[in-house]
Amino acid sequence: MNAVVPRTTDASACIDSRFTVPGMRCAGCIGKIERGLAEIAGVAAARVNFSAKRVAVSHAPDLTDAQIVDALNHLGFEAQPVAENPLARDDAETKRLLRALAVAGFAMMNIMLLSVAVWSGADGITKELFHWLSAAIALPAVAYAGRPFFASAAMALRYRRTNMDVPISIGVLLATGMSVYEVLTGGEHAYFDGAVMLLFFLLAGRVLDAVMRDKARSGIASLLSRMGRGAQVAYPGGETKWVDAANLAPGMMMQVAAGEALAADGEIVTGESRFDRSMLTGESVPEPAGPGDIVHAGTINLYSPVTVRVTAAAEDTAIADIARLMDEAGQSRSKYVRVADRAARLYAPAVHSLAALTFVGWMIAGAGVHQSLLIAIAVLIITCPCALGLAVPAAQVVAAGALMKRGLLIKDGSALERLAEVDHALLDKTGTLTLGEPRPSSIAALGEEDRAVALALAQASRHPLSKSLATTLRQVGVTAADVTDIDETPGEGLRGQFAGRTVSLLRPEHGAEGLAVALRNEEREFIILFTDPWRSDAAEAIDALASLGVPSAIASGDTSDAVSKASCEFGIPATGGMSPADKLAELERRRTEGQKVLMVGDGLNDGPALAAAHVSIAPGGASDVSQQAADAVFVGEALMPVALAIRVARRTMKTVRQNLAMAAGYNVLAVPIAVAGYVTPLIAAIAMSLSSLIVVGNSLLLARAARDPK
Amino acid sequence: MNGLIFLIPVALGMGGLGLAAFFWSMRSGQYEDLDGAAQRILLDDEDPA
Repeated sequence: MNAVVPRTTDASACIDSRFTVPGMRCAGCIGKIERGLAEIAGVAAARVNFSAKRVAVSHAPDLTDAQIVDALNHLGFEAQPVAENPLARDDAETKRLLRALAVAGFAMMNIMLLSVAVWSGADGITKELFHWLSAAIALPAVAYAGRPFFASAAMALRYRRTNMDVPISIGVLLATGMSVYEVLTGGEHAYFDGAVMLLFFLLAGRVLDAVMRDKARSGIASLLSRMGRGAQVAYPGGETKWVDAANLAPGMMMQVAAGEALAADGEIVTGESRFDRSMLTGESVPEPAGPGDIVHAGTINLYSPVTVRVTAAAEDTAIADIARLMDEAGQSRSKYVRVADRAARLYAPAVHSLAALTFVGWMIAGAGVHQSLLIAIAVLIITCPCALGLAVPAAQVVAAGALMKRGLLIKDGSALERLAEVDHALLDKTGTLTLGEPRPSSIAALGEEDRAVALALAQASRHPLSKSLATTLRQVGVTAADVTDIDETPGEGLRGQFAGRTVSLLRPEHGAEGLAVALRNEEREFIILFTDPWRSDAAEAIDALASLGVPSAIASGDTSDAVSKASCEFGIPATGGMSPADKLAELERRRTEGQKVLMVGDGLNDGPALAAAHVSIAPGGASDVSQQAADAVFVGEALMPVALAIRVARRTMKTVRQNLAMAAGYNVLAVPIAVAGYVTPLIAAIAMSLSSLIVVGNSLLLARAARDPK
Repeated sequence: MNGLIFLIPVALGMGGLGLAAFFWSMRSGQYEDLDGAAQRILLDDEDPA
């Protein structure tokens, strides 16, 4: 059922391309896409990855990406080509952890089997045999499954810092080392089961953490891709070739089709068009440009094909400048210390000095070096932060999963921790408080026939205003009229024949205010106005933020009076006309005042601010750069997920603190037993699994937090 | 006691088999698209092939 029959004869000549298709929702979509693509000549195989909302197509080299995107559009799905598996490295990390977890699980089960026999009374030669067998399983397993911890601990120690992995590594290595010594000397207890179980539980925590990160990233990656990844370049000999953005050089002639994003800065040579600069400025009104005008990478050519001579490519584009600003701004955030490592800073010295004190105490009491060392190591094993290692990721994974169901993708656990600390919010206007795309505001005046005609005309065009009009009309249940001979004149509009007369959807002749189109049917003419409406729950979301003790303010790059209107509408302070550097300065000023600012913004001009803020959220319609800079992305038309995110993040941190307190409380109970020298491997195993279970159970309670409305 | 000579290798072998099966399934990409696998079961197989 999922094998697609190869159609081209020579499979080795095929190349693989990936496309992101955000619109697939069900099994029907999978079947439609795979079957539909397989029918195209030149496609060898198409395989949908539903989780990542991607299609991998294996096709003949002469079939271009654009043709496949076109085919997908015909099947009814919007699609974008994506670069060759950009997330492969993260995947590899998760896979390594999973393999380590599997090995630790295998070793733990088999060692437990042998240990149970020992606990229930095997002795003499049997016991010795079982200890040797345990050692044979445990040593390679610890060496393999412990690597993630040892590597991270070694890294931390090299920079003279300490993190969670340092006490873990010391505990595991000492327990293993001592057990080996016990086995060699035919001793009483071997702690291999404890050491391997510890690794298993801790790896479970790490895997949870990695899975959460991967899931959010692949969700975000499926939204990305508006940036120009390359251009069709015309060479002097008349040949044209596709060139990747990184290989474009000044002087090249790019042929930019309508609807394509520019991959480099340049000067228009021939053609005239309008450009959507919203990625750079946040301004949603398209700007006209003709021969001699400078256009920037990242802007989208809306109307007609133009030829552009590249003036600056790759690292020198205006976009790259902003990216550099963002890199620098992101530096401060890397200094943030996560809660688990903060706990470890307190915890590790306490535990290690306790173990040392135990050793000294028993020596003074005259127990001998071997006996004292055994007891000291038992203290280390029983206090090893098994529950601590699970306390943080378990809670964060549950919270992130709950938020994902509500349309908010959190990139990692540290973002949740920072979200919980937020005390001020800075909001961009266009695309954040508003939907960021024009919507027709006056279709109520249109009669039934006019609506049907408008839909028929609008759906024939890929112009943003037409697309928006068509979507809105379809939403109110209009079916398209039978308009024939539709003809689109770039820069002017659409004309067609309906019931023997000419109907049209044109740019208004006399300058209407803002964005508008004129619909003409018979003698009637309607001006349909477009506005960028507020998100329907923007006011409620701002209220919800305020009730959480997070006052908001607006910081916009927009210079028009729309900013002061927004200020009145929502009753919060607003500043307009801010450049990316201004926004950075504002954040810096607030930081020095001790504020922890949440930045919400979408445009490329918000990128540096998103990277510099204590924590940041971008809407799903934001530019690629912004989504990559932000800590979280919310999808859909509601702004409420932003307030929800803060509330859930605070609940999560409460649960994390409860978990840490429980783990510490368990230590308070267990440590006296260990110090007194009564801990056997059996007690260590029971204590360890019990405390982990309690922590996981407590974290699962969080799933309800995101479901409650208040 | 003699039973152990058989039982322990059997226990280890079965565990090892499970581990090997997990590694194999991971390498062959069976965990790449868990949601998709859940959806594909609903697909009617209409392909003549």
